Amino acid sequence: MATLENTASGEVSAEGDGVRRRDFINIAAVSFAGVGGVVAVLPLINQMNPSADVLALSTTEVDLSGIQPGQAIKTTFRSQPLFVRQLTETEIAEADAIDASGLRDPQTLGERTVDGKTQWLITMGVCTHLGCVPLGAGEGENKGEYGGYFCPCHGSHYDTAGRIRKGPAPTNLEVPTYSFTSDTAILVG
Amino acid sequence: MSFPWANEYTPKAPLMKWIDERLPLPRLVYNAVGGGYPVPRNLNFFWNFGVLSGLALVIQLVTGIIMAMHYGANDLVAFGTVEHVMRDVNSGWLMRYAHANGASFFFIVVYLHIFRGLYFGSYKAPREMVWLLGLVIFLLMMATAFMGYVLPWGQMSYWGAKVITGLFGAIPIVGEPIQTWLLGGFAPGNASLNRFFSLHYLLPFVIAGVIILHIWALHIPGSTNPTGVEVKGPQDTLPFHPYYTAKDGFGAGIFLILFAIAVYFAPNALGHPDNYIEANPLSTPAHIVPEWYFWPFYAILRAFTFDFFFIPAKLLGVLAMFASILLLFFLPWLDTSPVRSGRYRPMFRKFWWILLADIAVLGYCGGAAAEEPWVMISQVASAYYFAHFLIILPLISAFERPDPLPGSITEAVLGKDDHGAETAAVAAE
Repeated sequence: MATLENTASGEVSAEGDGVRRRDFINIAAVSFAGVGGVVAVLPLINQMNPSADVLALSTTEVDLSGIQPGQAIKTTFRSQPLFVRQLTETEIAEADAIDASGLRDPQTLGERTVDGKTQWLITMGVCTHLGCVPLGAGEGENKGEYGGYFCPCHGSHYDTAGRIRKGPAPTNLEVPTYSFTSDTAILVG
Repeated sequence: MSFPWANEYTPKAPLMKWIDERLPLPRLVYNAVGGGYPVPRNLNFFWNFGVLSGLALVIQLVTGIIMAMHYGANDLVAFGTVEHVMRDVNSGWLMRYAHANGASFFFIVVYLHIFRGLYFGSYKAPREMVWLLGLVIFLLMMATAFMGYVLPWGQMSYWGAKVITGLFGAIPIVGEPIQTWLLGGFAPGNASLNRFFSLHYLLPFVIAGVIILHIWALHIPGSTNPTGVEVKGPQDTLPFHPYYTAKDGFGAGIFLILFAIAVYFAPNALGHPDNYIEANPLSTPAHIVPEWYFWPFYAILRAFTFDFFFIPAKLLGVLAMFASILLLFFLPWLDTSPVRSGRYRPMFRKFWWILLADIAVLGYCGGAAAEEPWVMISQVASAYYFAHFLIILPLISAFERPDPLPGSITEAVLGKDDHGAETAAVAAE
């Protein structure tokens, strides 16, 4: 723009403030092109967001009848692991014995389960630290120091209510939206 | 470029004259890496690693472009096509092993190049821009290496992608949308694999571009040298060709011998067996570790197991890891000593060795399991890493009494009275 200063058409406006008509045209044209450029970039960025087929959310139905107290299964919900676990009486007692207000992410077992079905702990199997699948759902896996889940990646320990107790994870294992369709089946999503 | 006594390019053959008048590319080459570029006469073998990094990039480009001819970037077939390269493609195993080990060797020579710069003060004025561009190359290399490691779609590929993109999820509010945007889904999938392949192919060429800027910036003041004393006259320099082309050629020979030993006799020594298992979103490998060249940074990431005021541990670890690299961008202004070379800085030299040991410890912790004592050791070592740059270096710069510098490069090489061979032999070590 500086190169235009000495052109013959450099009429200075009547107020004598040194502003030329051409300055307005320059600014207007460049701004317009700039806005156009930004708008053109938006689809280039947005194409990286999840596509329609990925977004087409599904619900997952889980049959609970085969899960004994103390057992857990791993299934998938929206292509991520889902843990379904039936807690034992001891595990429920252990979870209730702790004063939840002192925890990093204060929640009681009751708040993380459905009323009257406290023994069913349904959580995402995704560590809230960096997204690994914690151990503890499978037979004989390390359940960590608090008897719930243990994430081997960076050492996060979850208790029997899936609450973060030790390690780098910031929050408890996520409880997805679900409802009981019968006494032995749930619909997640 | 550089010094007034540089040899002038004078084409003799009519064809070369004709070219020189139309596109002076031979002149550019002559002045950049030929007889027209004077270089300090006392460079030691630590000055080989820039050229060796370039060689490593060329190896990666050639083997990578060949690998891309046989690879399928789709989550249904990716793992299989890599096995196809290994078993069925003619010399495919060689291409893949050379590419995988080539990445490690690239990082080995780049780390040596960086530590050379740290010891001899290569980042100081007037070479700050060389250092900054070098760090940009380093960051691009890390991005490229990470995305390349995802492509075989093995267990480590998948979980590495999940953990590293999870780093962005730690950012408050915008973190999760960014993570989803990077992956193109809620977990690594076909969309992630495809874009990583596309970018893994692109970034090496971006690196090549930044390398051109890196060399351009270097050739303005010219290379520093082991004494850190600036070139004072023609007696301090030698033409790049044939003196340093020969020295770099020798270094390249050693490099290629070591590289061949790794590729032919221990191709999987630096890899993880878990990556020969196809990606399984339902099962995390017992011990997720990145490639060895990320270990020190991974240790810093994992060192934060506690919240600090209102900042959660997860975000702290991520911030610290990025800060550990970004900190290096400020190095030219943290080390304010006018003396460049560690050779004449007795205190600085000791702390350089301690830093080296500290990073080695971090590297070991980063490769170990996330349990005690490694967590505690990485906490101490991370704290020291930051203290070195933020506290120790500025203090040393203020209080250290450097050893006397030689009057010139020639004096350092030949001795003060400059009388012949026996002094030269001693001083040149």
